[in-house]
Amino acid sequence: MIEFTFWDIVRNLLLAARWTVLLSLAAFVGGGVVGMLVLFFRIAKNKWARRLASGYIALFQGTPLLMQLFLMFFGLPMLGLRIEPWTAAALGLTFFASAYLAEIWRGGVDALPRGQWDAGASLGLHYLQELRLIILPQAFSITRAPTVGFLVQLIKSTALTSIIGFEELVRTSNAINNATFEPFTVYGLVALIFFVMCFPLTQYARRLERATATN
Amino acid sequence: MGYSLDFGWLADAIGAIARGAAMTILLIAVTTLAGTFLSILGAAGRRNGPLLLKRAIGVYVEIIRNTPFLVQLFFIFFGLPSIGVRLDPLLAAMLAMTLNMAAYTIEIVGAGLDAVPRGQTEAALALGLRLRQVFVKIVLPQALKVIYPALTSQIIIMMLESAVVSQIAVRELTYEADMLQARTFRAFETYFVVTMVYLVLSVGLRRLLVSGGRRALGAGVS
Repeated sequence: MIEFTFWDIVRNLLLAARWTVLLSLAAFVGGGVVGMLVLFFRIAKNKWARRLASGYIALFQGTPLLMQLFLMFFGLPMLGLRIEPWTAAALGLTFFASAYLAEIWRGGVDALPRGQWDAGASLGLHYLQELRLIILPQAFSITRAPTVGFLVQLIKSTALTSIIGFEELVRTSNAINNATFEPFTVYGLVALIFFVMCFPLTQYARRLERATATN
Repeated sequence: MGYSLDFGWLADAIGAIARGAAMTILLIAVTTLAGTFLSILGAAGRRNGPLLLKRAIGVYVEIIRNTPFLVQLFFIFFGLPSIGVRLDPLLAAMLAMTLNMAAYTIEIVGAGLDAVPRGQTEAALALGLRLRQVFVKIVLPQALKVIYPALTSQIIIMMLESAVVSQIAVRELTYEADMLQARTFRAFETYFVVTMVYLVLSVGLRRLLVSGGRRALGAGVS
């Protein structure tokens, strides 16, 4: 039997935390890209496109992320894709993030005065130019705080991918706990590592929020 | 060969799904009541309590908000026994959910308390009400009305998050789904059906809370 010292536990947890970071980044970037697409549908002129996007968002916001991950994990093989916890985790979190990000950014688009669209149109810009040059830059800039806030939520959500077998921080901590029988230390350290990742972002989001409020 | 969907198992599984859903509803009901109560105390303490209490509440809120619920649950269920606090799964789940929810709702309730104009307190004091009466009868109802929509959303988020407590073998909806799929070998269909049950629960819970809130807090609650 291998003896684990305290520093062995810490080292192994930190090594596993790299996967948590990587998965968070992948899901945030992927979610941003897909979320943009959902946003275009959500604010489209076509009524059916808008309804479709609303349905998509309601579906992801109205069901547990754990279920979404399970459906990815067991559903992907049915489409003939090879199943791996990493793919299921990354794809599941990407779709989850896309729904939330699209809704956050839609809030930003809705908050802009109608005159911004009219001014764009009167300058002879067509729809896509209006979006790219006038609407989206402003919408992103006023929703920066909730976007960072969602990133914190996303980092915390990666913990759930341990349940479908992705070897990130929590799954590694379960294994270490089974070997050391020191759950208090192990889960305490895991919480600390998550805290160190999330707290600066939370503070950053708070600062952004204050900056937006005073502008 | 293509995979073909099979829902033939569903007829025998309805009982288990209903039992699981009932447990999920029980969990969220307890959490909502305990969490809201705790957050009213917490928000009031954070504003009017002694400095040490204010600090302690602040630290508690930050710790909970910046760590995953799953880790909090594991810490409470697996970690606390080593310092002599042994909880059965259901109690551990309720405690973890309540503590988690309260950290979020303390901020929400606090924002509501801040939104009530100071003049309300002053007027009530001038009428001879005692401090506690002012808080319970004048400030709190107005604050709750303001924050009710945010509170509703938080309750629904918590209900969805409760799927995680299946990991410590609380027999709620997700736990029943895990058991069903192990028996039927129809993982996708099982999780699909249970996901839809969650969707119905969250839509229904929102409707219930909105109409209930309208009745209890008066018009103007969305």
